[in-house]
Amino acid sequence: MSRADRRHLRNGLLFASPYIVGFLVFVLYPIVASLYYSLCQFNVINPPVWVGLENFQTLFTEDPLFWKALYNTLFFTAFSVPLSLVFSLSLAILLNQKVRGMAGYRTVFFLPSIVPIVASAVLWLWVLNPESGLINGMLRQFLGVDGPGWIADEHWAKPSLVLMSLWSVGGAMVIFLAGLADVPQVLYEVADIDGAGRWIKFRHVTLPMLTPTILFNLIMGLINAFQYFTQVYVMTGGKGGPVDSTMFYALYLYRNSFYYLRMGYASAMAWLLFVVILAATLLLLVTSKRWVHYHGE
Amino acid sequence: MASRRHSPWRAHVVLVITSLLFLAPFVWMLSTSLKHESRIFPKPGKPPQWIPTTERLDDQGRRLVMHQGREGVETGRDERGRYLLDIEGETIAAWPEDFEIRQKVGLHWRNYPDAFQRIDFFRNLRNTLFICFTYVIGTVLSSSLVAYSFARIPWRGRNAMFVLVLSTMMLPYQVTLIPLFAVYSKLGWVGTFKPLVIPAFFGVPFYIFLLRQFFLGVPEDLSAAARIDGCNEFGIYWRIILPLSKPALATTALFTFLFEWGDFLYPLVFLQDERQYTLALALQQFQSQHESAWGPLMAMSTVITIPIIILFFFTQRTFIQGITLTGLKG
Repeated sequence: MSRADRRHLRNGLLFASPYIVGFLVFVLYPIVASLYYSLCQFNVINPPVWVGLENFQTLFTEDPLFWKALYNTLFFTAFSVPLSLVFSLSLAILLNQKVRGMAGYRTVFFLPSIVPIVASAVLWLWVLNPESGLINGMLRQFLGVDGPGWIADEHWAKPSLVLMSLWSVGGAMVIFLAGLADVPQVLYEVADIDGAGRWIKFRHVTLPMLTPTILFNLIMGLINAFQYFTQVYVMTGGKGGPVDSTMFYALYLYRNSFYYLRMGYASAMAWLLFVVILAATLLLLVTSKRWVHYHGE
Repeated sequence: MASRRHSPWRAHVVLVITSLLFLAPFVWMLSTSLKHESRIFPKPGKPPQWIPTTERLDDQGRRLVMHQGREGVETGRDERGRYLLDIEGETIAAWPEDFEIRQKVGLHWRNYPDAFQRIDFFRNLRNTLFICFTYVIGTVLSSSLVAYSFARIPWRGRNAMFVLVLSTMMLPYQVTLIPLFAVYSKLGWVGTFKPLVIPAFFGVPFYIFLLRQFFLGVPEDLSAAARIDGCNEFGIYWRIILPLSKPALATTALFTFLFEWGDFLYPLVFLQDERQYTLALALQQFQSQHESAWGPLMAMSTVITIPIIILFFFTQRTFIQGITLTGLKG
């Protein structure tokens, strides 16, 4: 190693040292500890007691609420992620038409996604209020029908949250807008020469060129949906009601750790969540080779 | 785009309708926050009221009423509970459904001071700002140092380390939260601001990534010239790279501020005493205790949302660029 190399190594490590320390203390140690706790009974007050795979066994065979939470989370993810994707892409395409006032519309669509989640959750609790809320009020006024109980109704609670998630697609929309701006204009000109219509151009130019952006938004959406917590905590007072219909995975995990102090059990849940997120992301990345086109390929 | 030549008015119609749908909850929030308790729950069969109203009174404080198309005032009740109305000198006894109390636009500002009193607003605001600013300073300083190392110093192993940084972004917070809670409670940090701000001083992966991407774009010649002038590595970082990276630093500061302003989970887990609550946590706690105090609740939601909206209006460009940078160059 030359003197310059040694100097670079020393400087490099010095500059990176905050992260190296941070990684050891705030990431590596917790990962190892969490793995250990997941094999223990642990309530923070007393030292952990080794129980082997018992936590996982209980989760899989004796805890119906775990399965319910998993089902709820998958249900929410299965609807909210694709719908948000289609919705944010549609908004971006609408805005990309160089319409007048585009910046204003963009601001309007983007604002809900930067509102503090607690505030938007409290607001939506009121908007979705069965008797006096805005939505049911409008339904009565314009259609003369009595709306459902939304978040207060066991069967409507999850669809309510999906609806609410569509209000905050602004971030994904802005990313799509950037993706649209990156599509080489010449491709449309070539398509024009070939006499392609709007649909053909969307299907064979816009959509293929956007696939990297779609993949990015899809992965981010998936990760966020699996960890959906604050909205449902605020809107159900941390209970996941009615009748556990909004008991999401992250909420049940939180309750296990900080209500029941079953930290070992909750750690086991955290690891399962990690595995699921990792598997879903890897699956998307692997299959993406078939449907994602990178520029220049 | 392809549709540029096609009727833009159709796009406008769709955009206007969608915009109204997006704005409606905000307007509803503001409107409710300015309504008296008696106006918040609409009477059965009445449509939602967008503009807050109040009763019109005459100069003696009597309510103005409308009875069968004629105006008058309400003077009292009779022994059967009917309302006595003075309509053009004639006294009429009527049940509430038979006449209308006249209304005018009336904003009920009381919800705001009420909300401020019911939570310890200014203390919560101070807590939130303290956490936000400390977190911003910590993140900007530490993340830019680390990003400099990854972008500008060619040391062996830096690529492997950078991959490590990126891969930790995949780790769900649930995995690390419990052990950290255990450690913090041993250290006596639970119930203080320490767990909320100290990690910021050790580099935040997302911003390390963002700043690295930006630093990579600064021409190497500048560093080389500074080095010839006798500048050491820290001098280059501090005097060359940082001043040239203001947009990226601003994006980092803005995003962290915004995130911390609205953060809920970490304050929920680590703060215990009401006197330490952040605004977001205080709002949730207030909501869980007063489920139908919608006036003060909406006032509080408005107050915690407005600064963010104002901030956004002044920093829109930084904002949009930042999101684009993180979203696409990944």
